[in-house]
Amino acid sequence: MDRLDTLRGPVPPRPHDARAIAALAANPGCERRAVLDAAGVDKDATAAHLGFPAPFGQSAFAITRGNAFEALVKENGCAELLRLLRDLLGLPVESAGYTDLGDMAGDPPAHRRHEHTRRLIDRSAAEADDDGTLYDHPLLRLEIAGHTAYLEPDVVAFRLGGAFHVVEVKSFAVVDGQAEPEKVAAAARQAAVYVLALRTMLEELGHDPLRVSHEIVLVCPENFANRPVATLVDVRRELAVLRRQLARMTRVGRIVDALPPGLTFDLAPGPDGAPARPVAELRDAVRRVDARYAPECLSTCDLCFFCRDEAAGRGSTELLGRQVRDALGGVATVDEALGLADGSIAPGEGQEEIARLLRLAGRVYAEAG
Amino acid sequence: MSTLAALARLRAVRTGTAQRLATVRHCHLSDRPMVLIPLRMAGEAAAPLAVMAGTDPARPRLLVVPQPRDRDLRFGFAAELAGVLLPYIEGMQKATETVERRGAEPYERSVDAPQIIVPNAGSAAFVRMLGRSTRFRRAEGPYAVHPSVPTLGRWLTYLGQRAQHPGSSLLLAATEALSLHWATGQSRLEDANLASLVGWIDPPAGMSGAQAAREAEDPLVWPPAGPATDPGFDNEVLAPAIRAYEETRSERAAARVREAVRSQLDPVWRLVWRAVGLLEALPAAPGVASRWEADRGSFSAFAAQLAEGAPPQPKRDGAVGAASRLARMERARSSYDAQRAYDDALVMAEYRLTGEAFAGTVVAAEPDRAEGEGRGRKLRPLVTVRTGDPVRVAPGTRLGTPQRRGQQAEVVSVAGGEVTLKIVKGMGRGASATPGAVPEVGEPVCYAALLEEFQPPPALPAPEDTPWTHGGPPPENPPEAESSEEEWS
Repeated sequence: MDRLDTLRGPVPPRPHDARAIAALAANPGCERRAVLDAAGVDKDATAAHLGFPAPFGQSAFAITRGNAFEALVKENGCAELLRLLRDLLGLPVESAGYTDLGDMAGDPPAHRRHEHTRRLIDRSAAEADDDGTLYDHPLLRLEIAGHTAYLEPDVVAFRLGGAFHVVEVKSFAVVDGQAEPEKVAAAARQAAVYVLALRTMLEELGHDPLRVSHEIVLVCPENFANRPVATLVDVRRELAVLRRQLARMTRVGRIVDALPPGLTFDLAPGPDGAPARPVAELRDAVRRVDARYAPECLSTCDLCFFCRDEAAGRGSTELLGRQVRDALGGVATVDEALGLADGSIAPGEGQEEIARLLRLAGRVYAEAG
Repeated sequence: MSTLAALARLRAVRTGTAQRLATVRHCHLSDRPMVLIPLRMAGEAAAPLAVMAGTDPARPRLLVVPQPRDRDLRFGFAAELAGVLLPYIEGMQKATETVERRGAEPYERSVDAPQIIVPNAGSAAFVRMLGRSTRFRRAEGPYAVHPSVPTLGRWLTYLGQRAQHPGSSLLLAATEALSLHWATGQSRLEDANLASLVGWIDPPAGMSGAQAAREAEDPLVWPPAGPATDPGFDNEVLAPAIRAYEETRSERAAARVREAVRSQLDPVWRLVWRAVGLLEALPAAPGVASRWEADRGSFSAFAAQLAEGAPPQPKRDGAVGAASRLARMERARSSYDAQRAYDDALVMAEYRLTGEAFAGTVVAAEPDRAEGEGRGRKLRPLVTVRTGDPVRVAPGTRLGTPQRRGQQAEVVSVAGGEVTLKIVKGMGRGASATPGAVPEVGEPVCYAALLEEFQPPPALPAPEDTPWTHGGPPPENPPEAESSEEEWS
């Protein structure tokens, strides 16, 4: 653990939220991301200090819209949400309660709030009645590479009979029963994190973890109006990927052990408030950990422009995307692939087939073009 | 991705400029296309913020909704958009030609059709979404809208659906059209940025394609081509302007929103026309005319349906409608793929790499060879081709050839870099082959296992006879009825 603290430097670890945890699953092969995340390094600030600020921003319009929709769904003790859940899960009209787990005196620290959530969920799981109850503002916990991450979903856990459902509120529209596939996929990955955290909690409390359903309830605006609609989404696949990835993260220790002692990504601010660390030094430190760049990183990782630049410097075929890499049978660099194509490089062991194909492609291209 | 396209990308990386993936243009380009760039309010499914549209590069029309969350302003905008788009579309219906058909009534087909060019696939999807949000509206009753709004919705829906038809050019996304003809030294994901893609293909003087593409990623230099706007622009420029309009509802405040949006759209407008220019510089492939003819036929048929008062397109196809649409698209796909390969040696090259096609030189020919006796005697010329390509076609496979369209040959044997073929169709009906129909020794030829044959549409029941396995006959009153009043907030 000391090792990860050294890597991060004397700044508090960046908390993991569900979105960050879900994004880990997007590129499980990337050691750089695994190490930086495990150490809780602020990747956004790192990228900015390296001179490659992340290309993401969120429009105020989208944030306003998202907040307004969530408020609508949750107003009057989640009255609207209860109505949707009754229809979706076939709940008898009269029986539905609402418990606000965030309703605690003062401003208690995360672990106390988590204890509170834990106690109430434990009591709820022990009861065997058929009443439906909504739990708003739960505070869940997940172990990420030995660190405890607290997750505060804007979701509610809903218990009906013996089963719990995770509810995820999103403001992208479902038009005629269809939504943008990437957005649904991202919501499913995020909800899977909550399902896993809730299951872990039940297991620790001695209940059957499978009482948390693998079907989450996705609540979105319907068509072009603000009226919400609820849909069940199966997240079994996302859960499997997440588990595998978290298991890998616990082995992040092995990657860290192989790093030079004293290596750090320290971003502690100097007198002017900006990180005091010389950029070149930080760059060398980051480069000590291997990245696996893919164009998909451009929409998920703060460091994407830095890693892309690095891949370009190496002349890596990773730049061109997985489809191209697959077509090239995994040949690592542009120079090597072009060398195989024009015959100036003799194919290595196992490269005979791709070399033959590339030479043929070169000849046919010249004939046809 | 084929090895050929991968190699082209590698070469683009090395040379710093895009590499050709086609020697000819495979999409139709109208003499008078309409460029249309829609912008959407962030966070909303179908709240239009603005559209820049027009057929004259020097005179773009800019339509802006100063407060995209205002329902009345939104419908006012839809009516304005109809005022730009419908005259263009309806103008194309005026001149028609009569098409004679064997075994069916002749019909009227427009001699030209509209062509809408949008920047990217996201814009095309947004056009479809705008169609969905307007086509069920009504000109009378509660929430009445201008009568042109539902008509606009039907046209946008039609164009959006037709864009999914392989080989159609009625609604083109510039990024897709360019990517069909050029390979860049970046990934396909990055190619979705029009400024970056055009940078690779046609960099400014003194800059490599790679440099131009990097510069294009800066939203301050090149605003996004839509439908999403740059979040920085939203927060720093657009949000204050919209707030000012919300407070005063004055002309001046509306003009401020307008100018803000114009600053984002002007560069994109020039960029899309540059993309059009790049495509125009390529000579049209022979197959383009026949595919455009199919587009014109489809356009005329839809215009006729609309004139007869057909209801708006359903939210979802019924079972029979979906099956027939799928079959139509599959047939269009296979004939589009075959046509492109026969029209373009670079496209054919991809099939040569996989062994589905081969090119070589004729080393032996028996033009007058026949099979059978007496009345059963059939002309079956034999041709032997030597090739260095990796041939992977089994004996008995039917092949076509770009040198003699319509001719078909059957593979007799493949051995030692020599393929023996038997010509079975398109060599004349006489006792000996038509002169020139059989390639002579020494002639370079190419054969491919791609046939452009007409495939008859599948036999499907009438919608009212939909079997129970497929949900039974559709309901009399579809749920579309209430959609004219649905919210658009």
